[in-house]
Parts: sequence; C-alpha cells; structure tokens
Amino acid sequence: MADLPVILRFDRVTVSFDGVAALEAVSFEAREGESRVIMGAAGSGKTVLLKTALGLVKPDSGKVFAFGKDLTGMREKELFEIRSRMGMLFQESALFDSLTIEENVAYPLLNQKAVHCPKREVHARVEQALEFVELAGTLAKFPSELSGGMRRRAAIARAVVTEPPLVLYDSPTAGLDPITAYTIMALLIKERDVSHTTTLMVTYRYQDGNLMAHFRYNSKQGGLEPAHNGAVQAPETVFMVLHEGRLIFEGSQDRLEASADPYVRKFVKPRN
Amino acid sequence: MVASSYGDRPKLLELLKEPVSEFQDFFLLAGRAYRNLLRRPHYWDDVFLQMDSIGVGSLVIVTLTGFFSGAVMALQMARALQTYGQVGRTGMLVSISLVRELGPVLSALMVAARNASGMASELGSMKVTEQIDAMRALGTDPVQKLVTPRLIATASMLPLLTTIADFVGMFGGWLIARFYLGIGSVQYWNSVWKILVWNDVLQGLLKPFIFANMIALVGCYYGLRTTGGTQGVGRSTTQAVVASGIMIFVLDLMLTQCFVYSAS
Ligand SMILES: Nc1ncnc2c1ncn2[C@@H]1O[C@H](COP(=O)(O)OP(=O)(O)O)[C@@H](O)[C@H]1O
Ligand SMILES: [Mg+2]
Repeated sequence: MADLPVILRFDRVTVSFDGVAALEAVSFEAREGESRVIMGAAGSGKTVLLKTALGLVKPDSGKVFAFGKDLTGMREKELFEIRSRMGMLFQESALFDSLTIEENVAYPLLNQKAVHCPKREVHARVEQALEFVELAGTLAKFPSELSGGMRRRAAIARAVVTEPPLVLYDSPTAGLDPITAYTIMALLIKERDVSHTTTLMVTYRYQDGNLMAHFRYNSKQGGLEPAHNGAVQAPETVFMVLHEGRLIFEGSQDRLEASADPYVRKFVKPRN
Repeated sequence: MVASSYGDRPKLLELLKEPVSEFQDFFLLAGRAYRNLLRRPHYWDDVFLQMDSIGVGSLVIVTLTGFFSGAVMALQMARALQTYGQVGRTGMLVSISLVRELGPVLSALMVAARNASGMASELGSMKVTEQIDAMRALGTDPVQKLVTPRLIATASMLPLLTTIADFVGMFGGWLIARFYLGIGSVQYWNSVWKILVWNDVLQGLLKPFIFANMIALVGCYYGLRTTGGTQGVGRSTTQAVVASGIMIFVLDLMLTQCFVYSAS
C-alpha cells in the first residue's frame, strides 16, 4: 500500500485564530484510495482541518500539499484549480439558499474553470448526480423545501458532480436520525467504491467509521455488504483522533480499539 | 506609579489595535471590490437582481420620504419667509434644500436602513452557514460574486432614486404652496428652477453616488465578517445600519464643505 501516491499531506500544520491554536503541529499523509475517519470532540479542530486541506484557511506555520503541490503560498486564483479536484460536503450542507437544487448541483460544473463541462451537458450531469443520491425529481426545488437528510444528499451530489479524486465530508451524519444517517453513509461508501475516491470523513459517531472500514458497495444488488468475506477488501481505512487541535492518534481500527488513552476510548464503541 | 505609566502604553496600543485592523480590513475589501470591476468574470445577472432589489425595492419609501420632506420644507420655509414678507420665494428654498441636502441624505438613510441591513444579514447568514466557504471551494470569489454586484447596483441606483425624491419633494412643496399658501403655480416652479445652478445638480448627484459606495461596502463588510451563528447575524445587521447611518452624515459634512469651498 505504501507505494501509492500521496494525495494529501500535512506537514506540522498549525492554525490559530486570535492567538488560540485550532490545529497544532498536525502531520499526516493520505494516500490514493485510502479512507480516513477523523474523530474528536466538538471544537477539536476537525472542520478547520478540512478547510485547511482546501486552502480555505491558511496555516500559520507548516505546509499543506495536495496532489503534490504546496498550497501554502498559493493565491486564491491558483487554489481554484486545486479545489476543483476536491469535493467538500460542509457540515450544514451549505447549499446556496437563493438557488434551486439543480442550480446548486450545476454550480461547480459552471464555475470551476478547470472542469471543462460543455453547457449542454450540464443538465444531464446534474440529473445523473441527483440520481446517484436518489434525489431525482427535486431539480426545481429550493433547499429550504427539503428535509435535512435530503439537503445533505443534494450537497453530496454537488460535492461529487465533478468526479473529484479526493472528497472531504464534514460530519455527514450529524443531526440525522439513525435510518437517514445509514443511507447517507451508504452513499458515501458507494461514492468511494464506484468512483474510487480518496475519502476524508469527519464524524463523532463510531458506527460511521466502522461502516467505512468494514463495508463496501455491492453494485449488483445496490446496497452495502461486509467487505471481509470475499476476495475484494474494502479500501484501507485509517482512523485519526483530534484532541484540542493535536493529532493524538493515527492508525488502524484494531489499534484504535486497543488504545488505552482515555480520550481515545471515549470514541470507541464495541463493534456489533 | 512607574509601573502603571509603563504599563499604559501597551494597553492603549491594545485598545487601538482592533479599530485599526478593522479599518484596514474594510479598505482591503473595498480595494478588492473595485479591482473586480475590471476583472472577469462579471456576474451581470447578480447586478440586475440587486438593481431591482435596491432601485425598484426602495422606490416607494424614497418617494414617500421625498414627498413629505418637500411638503414640510414648504411649510417651514414659508413661515420663516413671512417675517420678511417673501413667502413668494418658498420654491427657492424648497428646491435648494432638497437638491443639496434633504434629497441625498434622506434617500441615502432610507437605502442604508433597507439595503445595508439587507446586505449585512444576507451575507452574514451565508457566512455562518458556510455558504461563503462553499463558494470559494466551488471556484468563485465571494467578493466578485457578492460584493461587486451590490456595489455597482447601489452606486447606479441611489443617484436615480435621489433624483426622483427631489422631484417628488418639489411636487409636495408645490401642493402646499398652491393650496395652502396661495402661491401661484408658475411663480412656484419658476423660483424652483431659477435658483438651481450646475454646482447644485452636481452636488445632488455626486453625494448619493458617494453615499451609495459607502453603504454597499459597509453592508457587505459587516456581513462578511459575521461570526457566532444567528445571533451574530443580528449583531452585524445592526452594526451595518448604525455605521452607514453615521457615515452618511460624516461624508455629507465633508462633501458639503468641498462644494461650499469650490462655489466661493
Ligand atoms: N473562523 C474562525 N474564527 C475564529 N475561531 C475559529 C474559526 N473557525 C474555527 N475556530 C475555532 O477553532 C476551534 C476548532 O473549530 P472546529 O474545527 O470548527 O471544531 P470541530 O472539531 O467541532 O469541527 C474552535 O475552538 C473554534 O472556535
Ligand atoms: Mg465542525
């Protein structure tokens, strides 16, 4: 596995707001095809980590490399090219209120210069992306007319419509009931396994990480299935735990469950 | 004693740091908004949408404000002029005060109340729901997409609205003059027109243009720096209205000073 190219690299990244560190000397490498599950208490810096990866937040020190390029010194215009290779699901979906679902999902296709999508193909691709998240038929609706789970799905469609090789999800299941949360997780795993994307997912629900690590999408039956019983394995999943801006754990699920750290243990629940 | 006087300096600097950095942020935003006037892409759809919301949307309140200030000015001026037996010149004073001061200032105050607050709350809620971040993540510059169109729209609409307010105000003054003071229509309108010179017209258009730039930038600035959820949006909205309201009077004084100086 170690010979796959590094897609995203943090090198001792420190980010602070008004003198208070939100990320402190965080270093890690995400390789192609890998899934990373990032856990941590509220305010531990999970969102800031994802925004730093996108270049939305500038580190005070340290370096961020995405697709082999150093983002740290880049200007906004140059960052647009890098960002068009990343999809991001924001915590509260962050759909544009004033645009319909169709316009929202079409937004990256029309506005990202590096994405060359002819105008006449936009509609078809939007429909395809909405079908992928099982939201066909909501094209003309506004975000305010949808439920929380549907908004989350529309936002996933917007994040992946350009087929980015790296997708970042900020708390995709937060505030959803267990059934909706499961369908959202199934979507993320489907996206990962159908498009072979590298995935970073922030969550505080251990079940989500567990699903990521042990399930894969069955394209024939169209659902999730355990990944260990066949020849095909689920892509490697790495767990990361943030505590007050510091990365205090990074490793496999087995090592996570074996950890004696009381803070880490709080996030681990017995597997079912 | 020594210790306290020694410690005061950093404290004073500390106190000044925030307003100075806010001032700096404001001018940075302004600089980027103006620079984008020359850069592509131009979001003309957004410009027209804002023109509609600011221009058409404020038409009624600006018209009403103009009408009543013209009528009130006619009453007040007639009373003052009566002392000199010059009631017939009411039109002159109505006209001057409207075109130079009341039209620009009152229209700007109305547009500030309606649109600076609207911009602050709209951009503020976009900021706290991460829509601004999403915009940047999806390849658009929020200043280009949100601030510049509002700037163009306000700067083009407010002078127009002010002109309308001026005319409606003169009409309001005429109603009072004709039916309450018994001044003939011809005499009223003659005195209204004759007194105005180019300097007044220029003043009457330049003031709203400058106020408009300030209103749009202040509204967007407070919107984009919103933090702290829905509460923060409320706070930004209030700050935007207060700041732009005060700035209208400050700028008015400075501009009036310039015009008085250049006219003499
Ligand atoms: N734009 C910002 N301005 C000031 N402080 C911020 C900003 N964004 C995040 N923070 C602070 O950074 C810390 C980490 O935030 P965040 O990454 O959102 O936490 P979470 O792990 O819950 O996603 C918090 O203490 C938060 O208050
Ligand atoms: Mg968060």
